[in-house]
Amino acid sequence: MKDNKNTPIWLKASAAYVSSLMSALFIFIALCAVDGLMKSGPSLFCSVWDPERGNFGILPMIWASGLLSLSSLITGWTFSVGCCCFIHGFGPRWAARFLANILRIMTAVPTVVYGFASVFLLVPLIRNGLGGSGFSWLTASIVLSLLIMPTMVLSMDSAFKTIEAQTSITSAALGFTREQNIAMVVLPASKQWIWSSALLGFGRAAGDTLIPTMLAGNAVQYANTPLDAMRTLTAHIGLVLSSDVGGTAYLSLFVAGGILLFVSISANILFRLMRKKIWMQG
Amino acid sequence: MKKIIVSMALTIMLITASAGLAAPIDAFKGQKGTLDISGGTAHIPVMKEAAKRIMSFNPDIRITVAGGGSGVGVKQVGEGLVTIGNTGRALKKEEISKYGLVSFAFAIDGVAVVVNPANRINALTSQQVIDIYAGKIKDWKEVGGESGTINVFGREDGSGTREVFTEKAIKKGELAPSVNVVSSNGAMKTAVAQDKRAIGYVGIGYIDKSIKAPTFDGTVPSQENAANGKYKVTRNLYMNTKGQPEGLTKLFIDYIFSPEGVEITKDSGYIPLPAGK
Repeated sequence: MKDNKNTPIWLKASAAYVSSLMSALFIFIALCAVDGLMKSGPSLFCSVWDPERGNFGILPMIWASGLLSLSSLITGWTFSVGCCCFIHGFGPRWAARFLANILRIMTAVPTVVYGFASVFLLVPLIRNGLGGSGFSWLTASIVLSLLIMPTMVLSMDSAFKTIEAQTSITSAALGFTREQNIAMVVLPASKQWIWSSALLGFGRAAGDTLIPTMLAGNAVQYANTPLDAMRTLTAHIGLVLSSDVGGTAYLSLFVAGGILLFVSISANILFRLMRKKIWMQG
Repeated sequence: MKKIIVSMALTIMLITASAGLAAPIDAFKGQKGTLDISGGTAHIPVMKEAAKRIMSFNPDIRITVAGGGSGVGVKQVGEGLVTIGNTGRALKKEEISKYGLVSFAFAIDGVAVVVNPANRINALTSQQVIDIYAGKIKDWKEVGGESGTINVFGREDGSGTREVFTEKAIKKGELAPSVNVVSSNGAMKTAVAQDKRAIGYVGIGYIDKSIKAPTFDGTVPSQENAANGKYKVTRNLYMNTKGQPEGLTKLFIDYIFSPEGVEITKDSGYIPLPAGK
């Protein structure tokens, strides 16, 4: 922002274009969500979704979205940190290279492929092995954590690479092995990136529509066990979108969208604050 | 060289022969343009086959066929996103007045309750189905099957198949919150075909070896029984246009009602309806 005069006009124009589009979208969703809340607020915050009888509860969907995204994030993030350490010295070199390549390829696999393959492979496995219909919280969570891993690993990986390059010689001089350097030096030093990769993962997990629609069963209930079916906000929007325009059911979708937007914005702000804190400590 | 000449001669013969017969598809000769179709998933086999035949007859015409469900069909044709919006139910008064839509019923389709072929149940009563979907009957044992939890599958809000099922099969009965939801006839078939303990419902045209339709209140859910009125859980399949159809759209709709279109409808497992019904 220092060299404002030298910025090409087309750069400024595209920046203005994108930011105005994004803010228009935010304002539109916010307005519609507030409209929905004003018109039918109380009827939305109950537990029964049965539009034919005038029940428009979206609480089970909010619950499901929270559960699914957090559970996928926790497993996905833990495995991501593990994968990243494995790539940087804990695994044999050939295996590390293999894993890194697999993860890179995974970013290019379309979500629908994961969903489709899981319907035929994972769902029967869960149904026959653990019970239930196979379309469940557990199924969706396993696939979703797999789906968000590559993004998280790759962003941690770039931080690891930079910091390892800076520290490896010094640590080696102090008698550290590569593993010790990763565990004692690189890992603490890249804390900030490890946290912000969790934010990336959370955004994807909360916003993904296809995996929960295809694998979570979409039953409007509170999932109590990992084998219960659940319907997330995103899947709910996708499924109800095809019904009539107007009316409470339709408005409830904007409220659902508003809640999703609110959650991802607050998560963003929260993580930014955390990052700042860590930055200042470091 | 000889081969080329022979094949050319054959092509010419074919063209003249088809022209001589004046097949319904000839109406598309010299036409150009695109036609977008979306909506009910039960319609897709008919629409796709018709589109395929028209496009191979005249490559200047492009026809796209998408699903989405009846609700999407109404919305998209009303907003002008597609030229033909399919529904598996009659249009509602508000939909007609809001968008000025015109409907063409071209086929009858039955909706049948289906289970996995490995399930030994061969007959269900409407009361049993009502109780299963309301969550009162939870185990296959209670309806005479092998013991095991029933995995209940239904369709999304706005699905024409769901509307017929709720209205005519379970008589507007309650739906338990634990009913799993899938969003197309195809996805329903996949879900039930894989799961020994599943129950669901599909358009009769979708029934094949991978799923089994038990008799419903003693009647076999077949297209014959749907046509002669013995099987009651039926609906009409509609094509809808905004205002009276013109040009390519009109030609397409006429084609669906032509003898060739009727053949396609039959082959897809539906009972054709004459035009103007």
